[in-house]
Amino acid sequence: MAEFDPNRRKFIRNTAASSGAIAVAKIATEAEARSVIQPSQTTEPSKVNVLLKVNGSEHQLLVDSRTTLLDALRERLHLTGTKKGCDQGQCGACTVIVDGRRIASCLTLAVMQEGHDITTIEGLGTPNNLHPMQAAFIKHDGYQCGFCTPGQICSAVAMLDEIKAGIPSHVTEDLTHPIEMSTIEFRERMSGNLCRCGAYSNIQEAITEVAGVSR
Amino acid sequence: MKAFTYERVNLPVDAAVKAARISNSKFIAGGTNLLDLMKLQVETPGHLIDINDLGLDKIEPTTDGGLRIGALVRNTDLAAHDIVRRKYGVLSRALLAGASGQLRNQATTAGNLLQRTRCPYFYDTNLPCNKREPGTGCAALGGYSRNHAIVGVSDQCIATHPSDMAVAMRVLDATIETVRSNGSTRSIPIAELHRLPGNTPQIEHTLEKGELITAVTLPPPVGGIHIYRKVRDRASYAFALVSVAAIIQRDGSGRVALGGVAHKPWRVEEAERALPKGAKAVSAKLLANARTTHDNAFKVSLVERTLASVINEAKA
Repeated sequence: MAEFDPNRRKFIRNTAASSGAIAVAKIATEAEARSVIQPSQTTEPSKVNVLLKVNGSEHQLLVDSRTTLLDALRERLHLTGTKKGCDQGQCGACTVIVDGRRIASCLTLAVMQEGHDITTIEGLGTPNNLHPMQAAFIKHDGYQCGFCTPGQICSAVAMLDEIKAGIPSHVTEDLTHPIEMSTIEFRERMSGNLCRCGAYSNIQEAITEVAGVSR
Repeated sequence: MKAFTYERVNLPVDAAVKAARISNSKFIAGGTNLLDLMKLQVETPGHLIDINDLGLDKIEPTTDGGLRIGALVRNTDLAAHDIVRRKYGVLSRALLAGASGQLRNQATTAGNLLQRTRCPYFYDTNLPCNKREPGTGCAALGGYSRNHAIVGVSDQCIATHPSDMAVAMRVLDATIETVRSNGSTRSIPIAELHRLPGNTPQIEHTLEKGELITAVTLPPPVGGIHIYRKVRDRASYAFALVSVAAIIQRDGSGRVALGGVAHKPWRVEEAERALPKGAKAVSAKLLANARTTHDNAFKVSLVERTLASVINEAKA
């Protein structure tokens, strides 16, 4: 970052924190200019401008390049429904839906998600207008402490879509036949979402009801 | 995470040029392995080149009847592809046995091939690791080594390659297509992509600085019964203790490769000639020079038994 005047940096950062579209546009130009002349090794934080589309709303943010999508959602957009469990992609608490697909938001950078359609638990439903999966989790008591629940619900919603789209799983018996909605399929496909309270059986009942599978 | 600069590129050759020119730069696609390692400062790139816009996300038949898989095809899409399911079932099965639904939606074909080991001593920056910091020693050799390699190991490193997909690609004789920073392209047989640890465990593959994988090509289908059997500590979402990728023909001949036992997908073509004789004979040849630790010696019999189970399934 040697060619970059630190005072100018500070000015940009302060401006960005308290400014409107014009300043943001200026910063975008700065970011573009910087992306052409790249240092091989930076020791200072690098700021990048990103436009995130979350739950149907667009948000222009200037973020440290290191910001994960998870941290941008929680710390910058204050969408704290998405939870940080392990921050290593192992627990599934941070699951969000991007372009219709569930992903671990802790293992992608905010800047990598520009142009994508992000849905968090807040975008699935509201307290007065619950998504059927949210309602089913309440009905079947699909949680105890609730920490893994937003990730479980986002994962379950996208998981059912994966089956409808014909995507096979490890337990699909015949790869050349249509896939059946079944509890065996649900359990395998939800293995990326851990629940330390052990509410798995009730989570499965909630999913089974939404899927319309008779048990 | 150490600070880094970030840019997106649109052309494969540009990506290769930039990666070759900028020291300490890395490509990022899915990010599921790289970001994890960056958080722990096992990886500390100063510059990330985001290659998601390169358009390498297609699966297309080749003129000779094979299949060309773009480097950026997501693991989910590859596993679900109609031709892969019907003609290269071992590849679908291997992909579906790996990671979780979330990670398969993010992880790419090329990233899966180039993922780093999950050796816990490679991940722990407080402990010596010749792969992470050459010359510091190997904590796994005298440590807890239940998950570690039993063939192709060295005194410097006993890490395994964690991929399931790569094991299936090895048995399918896949070819890796790349572009280099001078604009030239080349094809690398998958057998020659990954290296054994030797005295340089930090060098894991034969790609040059900046060289970018653009696709993986599969030869025309060879028929047979396709099986991927993964043995692990949990029923789902765990790395393999041992895995077997197999294509078995009606006459009992076939191909097998192992995962979870070496620094690369492990295939010994000579061992396959013993397939009609049964698992014991194949296993003896596959693991002829095995060097186990107290913790992982069980993998030798586990390989034989898993092979036996696979051969039985193919006969059924």
